[in-house]
Amino acid sequence: MIKLSLVYLLAGLVFAAYALLSVRDANNPKRWRNGAFWGLFALSFLAGDYLGDLGNGVLVLALAVIAGIGKLGQGAPAGPTPAEKFGSAQRLGDKLFVPALIVPAVVLFGTLVLKHVSVSGQPLFDPKQTTLISLALGAVIAVIAALLLLRQPLSAPLQEGRRLMDTVGWAALLPQMLAALGAVFALAGVGQVIGGLVTTWIPMDTKLVAVAVYCLGMAGFTLLMGNAFAAFPVMTAGVALPFLIHRFGGDPAVVCSIGMLSGFCGTLSTPLAANFNLVPSALLELKDRYGVIRAQIPTAVAMLLINMVLMYVLAFRA
Amino acid sequence: MLILLGVAVVVAGFAIGLNPLLVVVASALVTGLLAGHSLVEVLSAFGKAFNENRYVSAAWLILPVIGVLERAGLQERARAVISGFRAVTLPRLLIGYLLFRQLTSALGLTSIAGQAQTVRPLVAPMAEAAAEARGGPLDDERRESIRAFTAATDNVGLLFGEDIFLAIGSILLMVGFLAQSGIVMEPLHLSLWAIPTAIAAFLVHGARLILFGRKIARGGAPEAGQ
Repeated sequence: MIKLSLVYLLAGLVFAAYALLSVRDANNPKRWRNGAFWGLFALSFLAGDYLGDLGNGVLVLALAVIAGIGKLGQGAPAGPTPAEKFGSAQRLGDKLFVPALIVPAVVLFGTLVLKHVSVSGQPLFDPKQTTLISLALGAVIAVIAALLLLRQPLSAPLQEGRRLMDTVGWAALLPQMLAALGAVFALAGVGQVIGGLVTTWIPMDTKLVAVAVYCLGMAGFTLLMGNAFAAFPVMTAGVALPFLIHRFGGDPAVVCSIGMLSGFCGTLSTPLAANFNLVPSALLELKDRYGVIRAQIPTAVAMLLINMVLMYVLAFRA
Repeated sequence: MLILLGVAVVVAGFAIGLNPLLVVVASALVTGLLAGHSLVEVLSAFGKAFNENRYVSAAWLILPVIGVLERAGLQERARAVISGFRAVTLPRLLIGYLLFRQLTSALGLTSIAGQAQTVRPLVAPMAEAAAEARGGPLDDERRESIRAFTAATDNVGLLFGEDIFLAIGSILLMVGFLAQSGIVMEPLHLSLWAIPTAIAAFLVHGARLILFGRKIARGGAPEAGQ
């Protein structure tokens, strides 16, 4: 069975290669810092299960210090000039899209077909992780296709991957760090404290107030925690179940579904939802780290209001 | 109550522009210590959770192929293709992408597109080319705001599409939570009630894209990325 551990092994080797290439990159004045950062990230993928909890904690601390105090550099592997790229684009034409389409095609094939394939009674892919395994498989096949079809040098995948990884920089690590922060918040019971504050101080005498408190609470809580999944159990147990569903008789399917979507309005508006908001800013090389959030906030605010109206109208229709 | 200082650390840290990795570590330490755990316990809990969440970062395996394709001229080709279709304006392109992202996410195909897979190598260069085909070369400010809007469109399409799919994480979380609270709910019911919001999101964001396209075409002050 192909498990996630195989994907981690691959990721570890790729990051280890980024680290080595970084150290050897004379054009990057911060090559040792970049090497140490990607090297520790590689160590986490390769040996995370053997380091122990405290060992992993120290590793995270080191990663944060390396990237946070002083900045990572931008690796600059030798590559084609813009004019050469333009010529290459004209020469290769629509062939360029073929490897790009291989990734979604493999993900599609993996999640629809390979998910159900068994070899001698064992599922081929770990059923819980089909998407990520398919994505890694698709990435590998697409790299091979790109090298053969577009006649790129063998060093290109790792050198160009490193260039993009340096472009993303510390932001690459942030989503995983925030997931870990969520676990610490859960351990300390932060959610219950905030939920308790909301329900203690706001009187929920009418349907309208309860709908507004639940939707705004889901969005606001998500804003602070970066994740609607963390907000949902707290706000639903604190507001939706006792008031909207039990007291006012709201349809639980409508209340929960639109409640979660109200949380997503918070997701669109917070830097803590890093993979949605900060990672794209880095990937697109925006000068304004919060540029994507600024573009999203009007949509998020409008959708939050619409969600409140929809919940009020649809949940109590019986 | 005191543990909320951990949340305050996050808010303040982001507000004054400290490196977010340091902010997150500081918040975890403050929260854990105030909750009465020792430093070693907090660091261990944080390290354990970090290790368990490695799958979040494994998705970066997509970058080598994107890099190779960019080296071979994928962004330039994407621009050229769009410049060839005069009918593809900036709003039409992004509204089309919004619809594509919502529909595929609603079918559970959330990973076939994304910021690294499609936005950076394909959709953002196409959006810039579509704007240039009509209004001439872009200044930096407009280029930034077009990129930001493209990324935003991907997010809106994903978030307001995926909940229509039965087996997505958030639906399963809701089903599990309601079952614990004694309410038995079919995933289908929850996902059906995500449809009205999805339609509204398409209309709201689509309308904003039309307005945004006009603003860019006029060369006026961009709304995003200021």
